[in-house]
Amino acid sequence: MSNVILNEKYMGVVDDTDKFINDIIERRRTGKIPNNLNICYNKEFDEIHIDTTKGRARRLLIVVKDGKSLLTDEYVEKILKNELTWDQLVKQGIIEYLDAMEEENTYIALSEDDLTDEHTHLELSPITMLGITTSLIPYSNFGSSSRLIRGSKIQKQSLGLYASNFLIRMDTDVSILNYPQKPIVKSFMHDVIKQDKHPAGQNVVIALMSFSGYNMQDSIIINKGSIQRGFARSTYFRPYQAEELRYSGGLIDEIGIPDKEVKGYKSEKDYRLLEKDGIVYTGAKIDGDSVIVGKTSPPRFLGELEEFSITASTRRESSVTIKHGEKGIVDMTLVTENDEGNKLVQVRVRNQRIPEIGDKFASRHGQKGVIGMIIPHEDMPFTETGITPDIMFSPHSIPSRMTISHLLEILAGKVGALDGRYVDGTTFDSESEESLRNNLFKLGFREDGTETMYNGITGERYDAKIFVGNMYYLKLKHMVANKIHSRASGRVQLLTRQPIEGRGKGGGLRVGEMEKDCFVAHGASLLLKERFDSDKTILPVCEVSGLMAIHDIRKDIYISPVVGENSDVSNIELSYAFKLLLDELKSMCIYPKLVLKSKY
Amino acid sequence: MFDKLFEEYKHLPKKLLDEVREESELNRLKSDEVKKVLKRIEKEYNSAQITSGEAIGIITAESFGEPGTQMILRSFHFAGVSELTLTSGLARLIELFDARKIPSTPTSTIYLTSDYNKDPNKAKQVAVSIKQTTMDEITEEFVCNLTQQRVEVILDKKKMRDLKITENYLEKTLSEKLKKVKVKQSGDKIIIKPDGKEIALSDVYQVKEKIKELSIKGIKGVNQVLPIKQANGEFVIFCDGEDLGSISEIKGVDIKRSICNNPFVIAELFGIEAARNLIMDESTNVIKSQGLDIDVRHIMFLSDVMTNTGKIRGITRSGITSEKDSVLARASFETPIKHIINASLIGEQDNLTSVIENVILNQAVPLGTGLPNLVAKMKDGAFKSKKK
Repeated sequence: MSNVILNEKYMGVVDDTDKFINDIIERRRTGKIPNNLNICYNKEFDEIHIDTTKGRARRLLIVVKDGKSLLTDEYVEKILKNELTWDQLVKQGIIEYLDAMEEENTYIALSEDDLTDEHTHLELSPITMLGITTSLIPYSNFGSSSRLIRGSKIQKQSLGLYASNFLIRMDTDVSILNYPQKPIVKSFMHDVIKQDKHPAGQNVVIALMSFSGYNMQDSIIINKGSIQRGFARSTYFRPYQAEELRYSGGLIDEIGIPDKEVKGYKSEKDYRLLEKDGIVYTGAKIDGDSVIVGKTSPPRFLGELEEFSITASTRRESSVTIKHGEKGIVDMTLVTENDEGNKLVQVRVRNQRIPEIGDKFASRHGQKGVIGMIIPHEDMPFTETGITPDIMFSPHSIPSRMTISHLLEILAGKVGALDGRYVDGTTFDSESEESLRNNLFKLGFREDGTETMYNGITGERYDAKIFVGNMYYLKLKHMVANKIHSRASGRVQLLTRQPIEGRGKGGGLRVGEMEKDCFVAHGASLLLKERFDSDKTILPVCEVSGLMAIHDIRKDIYISPVVGENSDVSNIELSYAFKLLLDELKSMCIYPKLVLKSKY
Repeated sequence: MFDKLFEEYKHLPKKLLDEVREESELNRLKSDEVKKVLKRIEKEYNSAQITSGEAIGIITAESFGEPGTQMILRSFHFAGVSELTLTSGLARLIELFDARKIPSTPTSTIYLTSDYNKDPNKAKQVAVSIKQTTMDEITEEFVCNLTQQRVEVILDKKKMRDLKITENYLEKTLSEKLKKVKVKQSGDKIIIKPDGKEIALSDVYQVKEKIKELSIKGIKGVNQVLPIKQANGEFVIFCDGEDLGSISEIKGVDIKRSICNNPFVIAELFGIEAARNLIMDESTNVIKSQGLDIDVRHIMFLSDVMTNTGKIRGITRSGITSEKDSVLARASFETPIKHIINASLIGEQDNLTSVIENVILNQAVPLGTGLPNLVAKMKDGAFKSKKK
C-alpha cells in the first residue's frame, strides 16, 4: 500500500508497490509510456512520486538486467556501421534518461567490469560526470581536481570567435581574437561542440624556464616577435547609444550637430567628426573628448526660461562622448527606433588590442598569469633547431599545483605539431604518455620533451635541459587597457570635498584604514598628513566661543555666532570632514567647543 | 669574582648579567675580557631598545593582524579525534584577547607532588579523585517506588569498587547534598524518601531526576582526566574544567605548578603576573600550532596592556578601548553615538594627544616625523614680541 503522487498531486493508492513501479518502468522502456516520465519510490514516507514536468535535468544511463548491460557488442557493431541511431537505442529501452529523483532508487556501475546482479544501470562512460567546459581540458584525469575547476572557469573567460555574426551585433564589452586556431591537443568534446567553428585560443611554443626574472610567481614572458606576427591580437568592441527622449510638454531631444547658442557647447573641434545628421562617420578615429552623437535636450525647467532668458530656446547640450580614457575607431553606426518609437542611434567603437604587459593569459589547466615582460625575438633563448618559444612559463607553477595535465599537453602538443596530426587528450581515454614519448623519439627528439637551449643574448648553452613543447593558450578578457587607473587631481564629492570614487569617473585611489596604519607604523606622520590633505580647509574659529566663525568677504570681517563682530578669530587648517563632524554634532544639540592653542 | 665590574653594568637586566657571569666563570675569562663582553652586550642591548616615537601599538597590531588573516584560511581542526578537544586557532586567540570570562573549552594541566608523580598508579589515583562522578555512573537502576513514595537506587558494586566509593560514604554525601529527603541504606540499595506528610508523585520523580545528575565525588566540570607521562618521567594530569581552587585541596596535587587555561582563575589564585604569563603562553601556543611566527615582544606587549591595571581587560569596546583618554578615539572604534553623547553630558575635553584623533582632524600624528618640533635659539631682538 503506497500513496501515488503525480507531479506533486496526490492521485491514489496502489496495493503492490513494486509491481506498480516495475510495470511503469517496463512500459516506459518499451515505449508505451513517454520516456520523459520518471518514477521514484520514497521508502521513508511510503510514497511513489511520478514526475513528467519540464525543466528537470536528466542524465542518460545504459539499462542493466541481471547484471548484464543491455548494450551488447551486437548493438555496438550496428552503431559503428551506422545501422542504429541514438533515438532507436532510447526507444528500445537500452538507454534511458533518469532525473535526480529516480536516480535515488538505482545502483549505477561505473564500468562494465564492476557489474554485479544488484546493479540496475551502467554509466555510458566515466566522462559523463564532467560538464562541457571540463571535458574540453585535455588529459584532465592527470590533474588535480581544484585546478580542473579553475581551468573550466578560465575557459569561459577566453577570447575567441564568440559568434560568427559578431559584425552585425551590438554586444557590450566583447572581444574577438583576430587569428584564432584549433587546438592541437583536443578531446572528444571539441568535435561534439564543433569547437573548430568557434575556436578560443592559439597554439604556442612554450618553454618551462625562468628568464630574466620577469616570469616570477604567475607572470609569463612573451616573445615580441610572436606578438608582431599576430599572436593574441584581439579587437575590442563597445557600443554607445543616444536616444531622442520625450519630455512633458511635447518637448523632445534632438539628434544633430548642436548650435553654438546651446548651453554647454563644447568646441567646434569636438564636433568635427559628426556628419550632417549629427552622427559620426564610420571609420572615424576617436579619442579624448570628441563627440560620437551630437544631441541637445530641452531646458530643464520651463519657468526658468520665461523669467530670466531673453532668447526663447536655450537648449542644453547632451551629446554622447566616448568613455573617459578610451579610444578607437567607429566600426558601425545604426539608426533605429526604440519601443516607444523614439529615434535611437547606436554607434559601435572598435579598438585593436595588442598584447601588453599586464594582459592575462592562461592554459586550459587553471594555470593563469599575466605578461611580465615582452622580450625581443633575438633575445629569446633558442633550441638546437632554432626554435624560440612564444611564451616562457615559470616551472615553479607546477609542483605545488600538481597540474600534470599541463605538462602532458605540452608533450602531446609537441608530438602533434611535429607529426602533423591532432592528438586525442580525452579524459580517461587519451593517447598514452608512452606512445607520445615513442612518437617523439622516432621524430628525432629526446623522448621526455626536453631540449638543449641557448641564451639568446650571450649565446651560451644552458646546463639544464629545457622542457619545450606546444600548447593551446588562451587570452582572457581581463586586459590592462580596461583596468589601468591613476589620478593626480580631479573631481571631488560635493558633501565631503573628498575625491570621488571609481575608475570611470577618474576617481581617486583610496588610502584606506590599513594603509593609514602602515604610514603610522613607519612613523611617517607628515607624509600621512599630506596624503590626507585632499579635503583640507581653512576654517575661521572664534577663540572665545570655540565655534566656527563667519567670514564676510565683502566687508572682510569675521563674525562669531556667539560673540558677534568684535571677536578674536583665528584661521585653522583642518580636514573638511572634521568640519562636517562638528556640524553634525551641532545638529544633535551638542556644543563642540574648539580650544585653540598655538602649536609652536 | 667580577663584582665590581658587574656593579658598573647594573642597569642591564639581571638575567643577562647572571648569564654573563656564569659563562665567564665557566670559560675562565679574564677581567678585561669580561669587560669587553659586557661592553658589547650593553651596545646590543641599547640598539635593541625601542626609540621614542616608534608606533609600537600599531606595529604590534599589524604583527598580529597580518598572520591572523592567514589563520582563518588555514585553521585546521581535529574533528573529534582526540579525547580532549580544544578550541584552537583563531577562535581561541579571539577568546583570549577579548578576555572572555569562561573559555569555550576549559582545561587544566595538573602537576603532582614528588611522592606522587613517578608512580603511574598513584597518578591514576589522583586522577580518579579529580574526576567528577555522578550518581548515574555508579547506579544500575533508579526505581520510582510509587506505592511507598520513594526512590530506590540499585547500585553498581563493581563500578563503586573501581572508583573507591563505599556505601557509607554515599549515604553521607547524599544526605548532605540533598535537602528535604531521608536517605537510608538497605543492602545494595539506597532508599531516598522525600520529606513531608503529603508527597505528590511528581516530587518523587523530581528527586529521581535530581539524584541522577548529582555529583558525589571529584571536582565539578572535570569530566575527563588523562594522566600522561612526560619526557622527564613525571606524570602530569590533563583534564577539562578550570576549578584549580578545588583541585588544589586534593592530596598529591602540586598546585604551585598546576595551571588552567582561564586567565581569570589564574589571576585570582596566583595574581595578575601569573595571568599575564598565561595569556602569553596560551597565545604563543596558538600561534606556534598554526605554524606562524610572531615575535615574543609583541605578545608580551599585548599581555602587558591587558593586565597592567591589575585586572584583566580585553581588547574590546568594554575593555581597554573604553579607557582611552580621547573621546574621538573611543568614538572611532565602536558605538560612536554612545561615546559622543556621554562625553557631551559631562563636557569632556579631548587634548588630541594620540593617533586617531589627529588623523580625523588631519593634523600630524604625534609619532615619528610628527613628534619633533624645531627649537631654534634666537638672537636677542631677532624676534620681536607683539606685547612689547
